[in-house]
Amino acid sequence: MSITVSLYVENQVLFVNLSGELDHHTSDQLRNRLNAVMGESQVKHIIFNLKHLEFMDSSGIGIILGRYNHIKTINGSVMVIGMKPLVKKVFELSGLSHIIKVIDDESKINEMIRGIA
Amino acid sequence: MNNEIKLQFPAKSVNESFARLVIMGFIAPVDPSAQEVTEIKTVISEAVTNAIIHGYESNEEGIVDLQASLVGNRLTMTVKDFGMGIENVELAKQPLYTTKQEEERSGLGFMIMESFTDRFEVISIPGVGTTITFEKELLNDNSLEVEIQENV
Repeated sequence: MSITVSLYVENQVLFVNLSGELDHHTSDQLRNRLNAVMGESQVKHIIFNLKHLEFMDSSGIGIILGRYNHIKTINGSVMVIGMKPLVKKVFELSGLSHIIKVIDDESKINEMIRGIA
Repeated sequence: MNNEIKLQFPAKSVNESFARLVIMGFIAPVDPSAQEVTEIKTVISEAVTNAIIHGYESNEEGIVDLQASLVGNRLTMTVKDFGMGIENVELAKQPLYTTKQEEERSGLGFMIMESFTDRFEVISIPGVGTTITFEKELLNDNSLEVEIQENV
């Protein structure tokens, strides 16, 4: 299994759509892609859409936490959308849900973007 | 049913997903729930990642040894490396403790392994290697799915 990453930036919001499996192996690829985009474009907020993510372990938590630590230094925000129940379980176990906004309903994305923009 | 496997593979990160697939296939005959499959996959992923990153410090020449057995519905799994070992296992088990902060390791591996299994044990000897053993009864228990449906 691998990961498919699609990224785009709009109004300083970086949208990260992931499908497949996020583990130590694929998190290295994802980190490189994210760092490249964040180096090229102005990014203040990040929205991870995990609707199509089938698997995530603590390496995925490390990636999200790493971006959060960067984004909080510029007073931005990180959000996670559409986690499947079993991905969410790892996320909640990590305690990340205390610092990162979790949205279950994808249709609320626009509302959220208006809230942060 | 009773069954067992023994497998060795090089400490390449691409083998993390391979190990997950192997274990998924191994437990399939006892018809585990989706939740149990994910828990086992996550646990194996964490243990193999530990062996690669910490045991061998990403030296791909290291060998990871994976063994699993099923006795009835009781699954026992062992992930072993012959790497550098852990100086202080109790400290390493602390949530968020990591020796690799610069690589964005979350320090949650052992906590996840503990949460998702019935029993887990770490035996480590510095300079010799680390062996992690897990036990889990596969009950085809869908309590998480039920819990989530009730919350809807």
